[in-house]
Amino acid sequence: MIKAWMSRSVAALALTLSIGVGAARAQVVEIEYWQYTFPQRVKAINELITKFQQANPQIRVKHTDLPYNDYRTRIAAALPAGQGPDVMQLFYGWLGDYTRAKLLQPLPADVFPPARIDAEFFPMVREMKVDGQYYALPTAVRSLALFWNKRLFREAGLDPEKPPQTLDELVEMAKRLTRRDAGGNLTQAGMAVDPAAQDHHWWREVLVRQFGGTPYSADGRTVTYTSPQGLAATRFFADFFTTHRVAEVGFMTDQVTQFRSSRAALTIDGSFRLAAFDGQRGLEYGVTTLPTHNGIASNFGSYWVNAITTKATGAKRDAAARFLAYLVSPEAMELWLREVGELPARVEVASTPANANHPKYGPFIRGLETAVATNFVDETAQRQIMIDFVDRLKIAGASVEAALAEAARAEQALLDRANSPR
Amino acid sequence: MTGWQTARPGRVIAWTLLVLGGIVMVMPFVFMLSASLKYNHEVYELSLWPKEPTLDNYRYLFQETRFVSWFVTSLIVATITTLSVLFFDSLVGYTLAKFEFRGRQVVFIAILSTLMIPTEMLVIPWYILAKDMGWLDTYWGILFPGLMTGFGTFLMRQFFMSVPNDLIEAARIDGVGEFRIWWQVALPLVTPALSALAIFVFLGNWTAFLWPLISTTDKDMYTLPVGFASFTGEFQTEWEMIMTGAMVATLPALVVFILLQKYIIRGIMLAGLKG
Amino acid sequence: MAQSSGFGGALYEGLTIGQKRAVTAWLFLALPIVFYALVRFYPTAQAFWLSLTNWNLLTAPGFIGLANYQRMMVDPVFWQVMGNTLLYLALGLPLSLGLAFLIAYHLDRVRVGHAVIRALYFIPHITTAVAIAWVWRWFYQPVPVGLFNEVLTVVGLPQQPFLRSTTQALPAVLVPAIWSLLGFQIVIFLAGLRAIPQSYYEAAAIDGAGSWQILREITLPQLMPTLVFLCVLTTIGLLRIFDIVYAMTGGGRAAPGGPLNSTKPLVLYIYESAFSSFEMGFAAAQTVVLFLILLAITMIQLKVSKK
Repeated sequence: MIKAWMSRSVAALALTLSIGVGAARAQVVEIEYWQYTFPQRVKAINELITKFQQANPQIRVKHTDLPYNDYRTRIAAALPAGQGPDVMQLFYGWLGDYTRAKLLQPLPADVFPPARIDAEFFPMVREMKVDGQYYALPTAVRSLALFWNKRLFREAGLDPEKPPQTLDELVEMAKRLTRRDAGGNLTQAGMAVDPAAQDHHWWREVLVRQFGGTPYSADGRTVTYTSPQGLAATRFFADFFTTHRVAEVGFMTDQVTQFRSSRAALTIDGSFRLAAFDGQRGLEYGVTTLPTHNGIASNFGSYWVNAITTKATGAKRDAAARFLAYLVSPEAMELWLREVGELPARVEVASTPANANHPKYGPFIRGLETAVATNFVDETAQRQIMIDFVDRLKIAGASVEAALAEAARAEQALLDRANSPR
Repeated sequence: MTGWQTARPGRVIAWTLLVLGGIVMVMPFVFMLSASLKYNHEVYELSLWPKEPTLDNYRYLFQETRFVSWFVTSLIVATITTLSVLFFDSLVGYTLAKFEFRGRQVVFIAILSTLMIPTEMLVIPWYILAKDMGWLDTYWGILFPGLMTGFGTFLMRQFFMSVPNDLIEAARIDGVGEFRIWWQVALPLVTPALSALAIFVFLGNWTAFLWPLISTTDKDMYTLPVGFASFTGEFQTEWEMIMTGAMVATLPALVVFILLQKYIIRGIMLAGLKG
Repeated sequence: MAQSSGFGGALYEGLTIGQKRAVTAWLFLALPIVFYALVRFYPTAQAFWLSLTNWNLLTAPGFIGLANYQRMMVDPVFWQVMGNTLLYLALGLPLSLGLAFLIAYHLDRVRVGHAVIRALYFIPHITTAVAIAWVWRWFYQPVPVGLFNEVLTVVGLPQQPFLRSTTQALPAVLVPAIWSLLGFQIVIFLAGLRAIPQSYYEAAAIDGAGSWQILREITLPQLMPTLVFLCVLTTIGLLRIFDIVYAMTGGGRAAPGGPLNSTKPLVLYIYESAFSSFEMGFAAAQTVVLFLILLAITMIQLKVSKK
């Protein structure tokens, strides 16, 4: 009752105001753009907005950035009040959640013809297509690579310029790079393992495939990693902290801290980490493509996408589409690579010789060719299942089979819930 | 009470234990201070003394962030809220403790029950209200939900209950108005509780996070905790900055505490004289 | 307040003393009641209503009866979370109140360095949970960096997993929670102790009462309102525990409340239901349950204290 009364009085007030203002600012459409706070991203978007507005003087873009950890909370609070963005950035793995909540609308096919997008963007971007319609597009994409600590290699008597090329070499080197004190406590990890960071991706899309399995069925609705091949891949992963004992989950709180502080010699991470490692004094490291196995190379790709929310209608929707088209243009991608250090999402922009042979970006760009993006229904929940798997193994003392079966059961239930019509 | 010179051995032991306990209590805080004086590359070594102590993090905080705006917002919000709470909560607490009327218990339980709903469930209705009223991104919008608290009302009611009734009756016989009895007779007797309330309300608003986060998008309207939240990114957290922020944020709260704890002691003397 | 003027004034003059006082009371309460109705009771009532719907923030809420409550009853995570929450209370309440009273009681009698010692105990309460959690998480680490395990190994005991254990994690999270709660409780206890009129003690001293007797017969009974207040507030605080758990267990990209939900309290589950899964109806149903539990416990505590 109170709310209805207030809404009415506010509506009356708004009407009075808009009559006055509307006449003065005819034809200018203002749209809102939201992303999370990260200095380089904020700066890049501001530059893109300036350029876009020069080319489209009838459109104004209001840019808001919000703390990363609370991004979803803020969106959740804004939506019921009819507030929030017209165009927003979201992690590609959230798309399922957001479309199910009817938060996003499909990109207009006249501005974004699906066939051209299929041809021009890296194949993993097709995950953004639901029933033949694209819902979101990235400016940049990410892949994984292997980082190694050159100083620790030297200390262990290994050639600091020869990182492991295969999984077998990876295990052998990790063993030689592990240090324990007299009491048997880990003081230096051969390999940083952390399912909460990038390792759950590495296991799902890289290891399982390299051992000859697939993580999910082709339609993405059934868990298939409990196959003998999947089990072998899982054992290989678990061996790092169970049998070989070259890693400990939670050592130095997390994976990044282990590698930054030179307490882990090897780690798998994304190109977004380069800046943090470069800023770490005393850390001498190299990057190479992920180790192969059985001659199979695979990679995990991920990206943040731009999407149009259901809030945008009429002229705002058209303006939103125009702005989004600019955000995924080659020009914007070049700027993004320069300012943020993330790889262009269009094949032709990424694969220039200069980019592909770059000492640090190169391994990531080469990894894009084999990169698969998991068709997540809820990335946070699916990652948590992998974290719980490791906890069951390490803390609850379950066997690999039992823990994997439990993970598959939980994940299948999640997939079933998401795929059942509401 | 006895002075130092007449102290018994038991007292000395108690004192020593208290001081040792206090040092243990403050140790984690010392680690935070130390982390705020370290460079990024050293912060992961949990040594107490920085190898290369630096004020660089503080310089960054003051020069590269909107620290001053955040500080001002926090200060305005915490101060206004504290004043409002002191006035209203003590008035309501007094009414509930010292007036006999039908419905008193219901009002008390109803106000107390406001403590039992987690803020997480209230923020969405508040947001809709604030948006409809045009309060988003304003000081008023950040502070309106906290103008009165069940916590303070309960605290003040408990303390007013121990104020002797004869004092109030005596004032009534003298023909003093009810409002003035509260203001001039009852309130001075509970100064320790008022000071304690002021400390906690100030602190509570100083460190409040969820509602200030949700009700503001304008960076200049952020409170300190919301501003500091941007030091946590998608893949990494700038811990040395979080620690620096925590240090700088703690200081004003500590000042408020030290100032007000004097009133707690002074208040006792008053209460002691009259009691 | 009670100035008479015009018709209303005449009406007021016709009332008995008791009625006049009641009018004054309601006059004092008028503005606060409007405030609470708008900012607290209305959203609370709304949560009760939402608990019967399937609201997901975007589409209009649809009435689904008690389905959210049924789901809760068969949800193993809900029961685990409920158990955790009660464990936080069962361990935290006696431990924190006992320690706080012990410290406050002795601190009250200290003259030398009183203000400084008091500040030492209060500082943890001023610090934000995020910063506290970071330091404590490092304390709990394995060697070579973890302080506690370092001490254990030095005295020849085996390392403990602390936060990496389903049985030790909850107490390990509770310790910093109590650590920061103590400052609050001590200050309230001190205010309560200081509010006891000095003359009571003087009279007891003249009667030749011992300090134990004074504690039992004067201090504790006089401290009853303070004790009730702290009991109720600490109970509410522990049943609503959130920040410290979130910060202690959620670092990195793991969902907070782990490992395997062993530290997850109810409010964290509510928060996740509402803001991660957008299941507002389910979150509201859990809120209603929390509300009813808190109300019941508080009423019992208030009743018991009257005796």
